[in-house]
Amino acid sequence: MSLLEVNNLTVEFGDGDNPFRAVDQVGYSVEKGEIVGIVGESGSGKSVSSLSIMGLIEYPGKVKADTLKFEGQDLLAMSENKRRAITGAEIAMIFQEPMSSLNPCYTVEYQISEALKIHQSGDKKWRRQRVIELLDQVGIPDPESRLKTYPHQLSGGMSQRVMIAMAIACDPKLLIADEPTTALDVTIQAQIVDLLLDLQKQKNMGLVLITHDLALVAEAAHRVIVMYAGQVVETGPAEQIFSKPKHPYTQALLRSLPESSLGKDRLDALPGVVPGAFDRPIGCLLNPRCPYATERCQKEQPTMQGEGVRQVRCFTPLDEAGRPSA
Amino acid sequence: MFQFIIKKLMLVIPTFIGITLLTFTLIRLIPGDPIEVMAGERGVSPERHAALRAELGLDQPLLVQYFDYVKNIASGDLGRSLITKTPVTEEFLTLFPATVELASCAALFAILVGLPCGIIAAVKRGSVFDHSVMTFSLTGYSMPIFWWALLLMLVFSVNLGITPVSGRLDVTYWIDEVTGFMLIDTLLSGEEGAFASALHHLVLPSIVLGTIPMAVIARMTRSSMLEVLGEDYIRTARSKGMAPMRVIVVHALRNALIPVITVIGLQVGILLSGAILTETIFAWPGIGKWLIESIGRRDYPVVQGGILIVATIIIVVNLLVDIMYGVVNPRIRHSK
Repeated sequence: MSLLEVNNLTVEFGDGDNPFRAVDQVGYSVEKGEIVGIVGESGSGKSVSSLSIMGLIEYPGKVKADTLKFEGQDLLAMSENKRRAITGAEIAMIFQEPMSSLNPCYTVEYQISEALKIHQSGDKKWRRQRVIELLDQVGIPDPESRLKTYPHQLSGGMSQRVMIAMAIACDPKLLIADEPTTALDVTIQAQIVDLLLDLQKQKNMGLVLITHDLALVAEAAHRVIVMYAGQVVETGPAEQIFSKPKHPYTQALLRSLPESSLGKDRLDALPGVVPGAFDRPIGCLLNPRCPYATERCQKEQPTMQGEGVRQVRCFTPLDEAGRPSA
Repeated sequence: MFQFIIKKLMLVIPTFIGITLLTFTLIRLIPGDPIEVMAGERGVSPERHAALRAELGLDQPLLVQYFDYVKNIASGDLGRSLITKTPVTEEFLTLFPATVELASCAALFAILVGLPCGIIAAVKRGSVFDHSVMTFSLTGYSMPIFWWALLLMLVFSVNLGITPVSGRLDVTYWIDEVTGFMLIDTLLSGEEGAFASALHHLVLPSIVLGTIPMAVIARMTRSSMLEVLGEDYIRTARSKGMAPMRVIVVHALRNALIPVITVIGLQVGILLSGAILTETIFAWPGIGKWLIESIGRRDYPVVQGGILIVATIIIVVNLLVDIMYGVVNPRIRHSK
């Protein structure tokens, strides 16, 4: 039984006959202790899909799925109360903007111990001890003196450490990290990533790592999910995705890395932007930007093809040489 | 914090000078003087008129009168009423409790109704409740006080006979004045039904006076709440799996209250100025009615002194509001 099983997950915004699908029939699974990287441009539905797993999509967003199971329990069918008991305890999440993700009115201690108070029994003294322990675990020096600090007194890196402490407070089995390093500067990014990977290993958590940072995914993730315009376009073991991308979009993402443009005057880039609510193309969603698009791509939507974990959404998946198959 | 308070106090001085100048000039711009008003239709001979003016010091050049006035204020003397000859401060103190009682009840009404309405409207945005609260508050805000008062009086006092038309207490009761607050005095007197009667008399004036502040508070709470509910830390709070009620009350409300407290503080000015109309309509013996009457009588010291005291109160309340921020918002508390 997978830790998390998602099948045909769809998140729609706006009502009427033509709602906008931010997440379109996404399916993947996360095993215990596995690191799954989700990559894609801004607007490809990475965050929205993970927010829907946390149950954080608010009206007017609508979440639908054939399967959305955590340890075999159907998250969509259970009562609100039962779901909240899982959220924050079994599944936890850290966000992109640590500075604005902490409530400016409450101390670090209050905000971390709140998670403990909601999900676990234990008195105030125990909670304080646990908060100190957690702050120590996330590498905050002299944790006792930090208990009474307010978020505005913390740097971005420190805030993210506090966020991580908050997320792991109840020893979750699955941690979703939504671009945990995007808002931080480069030196701090490495520290936070190391911390996350350390904690993941120590606690044997499932980790969903959402990021723009392909290098990080290549290094850390066991499995990679590439998303584009709300759809999963390619999945597979990390090393296969990076060495032999099958989807033109994955190929373009990899080519856009500075490393692949060594010796060239300009970096490679995929022209155009992710389609929004009003310019969704007919056929394959990538066809206006795809260098290999055929007539068929402009008319029909491809479905996921392939065996097991290695799947691709393309009529003409790329071969080993990186050229479209006939 | 101490420096902060001193800085605020320094800013108060020019405001005070402005208030004395304004009240002093404006009341003298109204045609007629206290002697003509006292004489009424019988008239007064020019000689007697001049003698009385000299007696009241009104024959002096305006500049001299103004500096005399400011000098007296500086020594804490607001002068005596030209009509009753009692000191302005004393008259003010006897009438003030009635106004405070009315204004507090109005403020209580405004906060107790406005705050929850704003919160619920924000949480259930787009709902029927939200739309009705916003419509009612817009109506309440735009409704002239005197018209609203007369409407309520017509319906509840005249047609339905539920509430009394005017005054603070039924004439059948005689209550010794201890604190000046009718609600407290009636309780102290132990007379049966007196407290209920006092409360009864407070209902309509409080609603009338509290309507505008209520509308402002409801709208402000709603917009502030809506803004806060979209913040990242609300998402964080929800991601901890807490009940929606806790998210709203513990995480959203405290942040949303910061601008609302400012607005509530600003309403004190509206309450005191609104009291002038409300007290006049409901024959409520407070400072509002007293000021209106003294304008009619051209009682210069009362108008000047009364307005000065009211202005002082508003300034003090605003200062308290500034200090309150620090209590609610740690970012202000910690900054110099």
